[in-house]
Amino acid sequence: MARTISYREALNEALAQEMERDESVIVLGEDNAGGAGSPGEDDAWGGVLGVTKGLYHRFPGRVLDTPISESAFVGAAIGAATSGLRPVAELMFIDFMGVCFDQIFNQAAKFRYMFGGKAKTPVVIRTMYGAGLRAAAQHSQALYPIFTHIPGLKVVVPSSPYEAKGLMIQSIRDDDPVIFCEHKAMYDVTGEVPEDSYTIPFGEAGVVRDGDDVTIVAIGRMVSVAEEAAKQLADSGVEAEIIDPRTTSPLDTETILESVENTGRLVVVDEATPRCNLATDISALVAKEAFGSLRAPIEMVTAPHTPVPFSDALEDLYIPDAQRVANAVKTVVEWKR
Amino acid sequence: MTDTLSTAVSHELDGNALLDAYRTMRTIRAFEERVHAEFATGEIPGFVHLYAGEEASATGVCVHLDDRDAIASTHRGHGHCIAKGVDVKAMMAEIYGRRTGSCHGKGGSMHIADLSKGMLGANGIVGGGPPLICGTALAAKQKGTGGVGVAFFGDGASNQGTTLEALNLASVWQLPAIFVAENNGYAEATSSTWSVAADNIADRAAGFGMPGVIVDGFDFFAVHEAAAEAIQRAREGGGPTLIEVKFTRYFGHFEGDQQTYRADEVANAREHLDCLKRFRTRVTETGQVEAAQLDAVDAQVTDLIDAAVEEAKAAPKPTAADLETDVYIEY
Ligand SMILES: Cc1ncc(C[n+]2csc(CCOP(=O)(O)OP(=O)(O)O)c2C)c(N)n1
Ligand SMILES: [Mg+2]
Repeated sequence: MARTISYREALNEALAQEMERDESVIVLGEDNAGGAGSPGEDDAWGGVLGVTKGLYHRFPGRVLDTPISESAFVGAAIGAATSGLRPVAELMFIDFMGVCFDQIFNQAAKFRYMFGGKAKTPVVIRTMYGAGLRAAAQHSQALYPIFTHIPGLKVVVPSSPYEAKGLMIQSIRDDDPVIFCEHKAMYDVTGEVPEDSYTIPFGEAGVVRDGDDVTIVAIGRMVSVAEEAAKQLADSGVEAEIIDPRTTSPLDTETILESVENTGRLVVVDEATPRCNLATDISALVAKEAFGSLRAPIEMVTAPHTPVPFSDALEDLYIPDAQRVANAVKTVVEWKR
Repeated sequence: MTDTLSTAVSHELDGNALLDAYRTMRTIRAFEERVHAEFATGEIPGFVHLYAGEEASATGVCVHLDDRDAIASTHRGHGHCIAKGVDVKAMMAEIYGRRTGSCHGKGGSMHIADLSKGMLGANGIVGGGPPLICGTALAAKQKGTGGVGVAFFGDGASNQGTTLEALNLASVWQLPAIFVAENNGYAEATSSTWSVAADNIADRAAGFGMPGVIVDGFDFFAVHEAAAEAIQRAREGGGPTLIEVKFTRYFGHFEGDQQTYRADEVANAREHLDCLKRFRTRVTETGQVEAAQLDAVDAQVTDLIDAAVEEAKAAPKPTAADLETDVYIEY
């Protein structure tokens, strides 16, 4: 039975169902319960945005608060994953990768290959990305391309409550290290989510909308921005196909290429800054593999090459919006040799 | 090497210096109380962390500093900024995201900075400041300016690898650095009695080969004295010091925090421990300052904050032309 719940609730439910199913799943992070050693309420926070709320009492001893020591506790999650646990560690804001990146990209990401295929590191690192909350330069970045760049990491960027749940369960069951990127402006977004446990496989894109005129590939929260643009475009007779890769590593190249072979036009919408991001990566893929099908140059809609500004007046200009996506689509549709 | 200064004595502060210190603390308090009230109206965007209750720390340390000296702050940075002389109106405008703000609206509450004042910025990364202060202290040492660097950081930040590495480096290089651990009892909802494995943060100083002191953070004079000694030692080439300042924050971790993890320690602190109240009692009892002089400061500060808010609200926001500037040096 599906009912309407939020992205936050979908994640919470996924964690609870997996903790129920598998004793080796533990959750750890700063204030993931909240109130450690404090005189007031236990489980006072359930994480800064309430995603882990309630798990502390349901699964005694399996929700661990941590000091502000990301290298130590993210590293501990990785080490525990090599030793029989399935930890889900919360790196609160993706920007904080700066203080613990070694454990992620030199340790977790390398083990399987470097040890000749003998290691298994089933760790999930949950983290919040993205702009829109006026959280400024050190709390708003869309850094999933950096993780995508690293062989050995799997990178998940869900675009809806349905995807959040199914991809989280898949992430926990996956035997490789997974960076699970939650958009901080999406926790209250609601959608239909089945009550029962289910998985969404990695490397299988979702086709969010069918259309024959243009392919829009959009990442994470940008999927809803693309949908808004597609509605506007449909009014003027342009039918966009929207593809949501769901995981940037592995990337479902087949679905993207098939779509472009049909539409002949590509717009990629990526909230990350424009150099070496998913937009450039997917554009390069299509330019190389589907060159013959392209009827217009590829358009990329991204953030500018700047840190994320604080002022609402600037941040609203910074984040790709439906108007910019629609304009990009018009450019490719109207393009003439 | 931990000593507790329980009976700090007033020293070498004449009436004017006392009034200046009071003005700084009062300005911080009024600024924070006002931002708290304005945030509740929904007009202030973003994440805001208030310093009310902790004024004696920033003030008691920064009164010893001058233009040679640099400080690094935290996400709870308004007090450090004011104490280091950052323009209050520009700070308020920054918090409102205005073009006239300290950072032209690009930084916000968590990133207010004024390099011309030796204020290296509030900081969104817990533990971001201490390594930077090793650098400012290194520069002062190499250039022989006699300057010092001061890193303010929280009890939570005291558990961050960057902080612990910086303590060791400062000691190894014998840098003119002062590490001020502001222990307000919590990091978000987590108690420092839980997250700090030692009894006191200052106990860790021994492990890094530097003096460690604990002071009552509600007592301006206690902070002032401990800072005087540490800063003098640093200026004279005697290396770094770790000062742990203990107190309570008056507001939530961030504006909007429901604070269910707390007991009612704030009411007690406001009533019996408050740094401004204690300062007033002390300086009027010794006769160094008249109550009327303090009242006059209070009134001037109220006017300043009123004007700061009014001007901030009326100021223009940045525009599209500002979006892509300042990423790199322009030639
Ligand atoms: C590297 C990093 N980890 C986590 C956070 C989230 N965070 C912001 S403030 C804070 C608590 C800091 O506590 P403390 O150092 O005691 O300072 P206080 O807030 O009490 O002034 C946390 C966990 C962060 N900003 N940066
Ligand atoms: Mg604290």
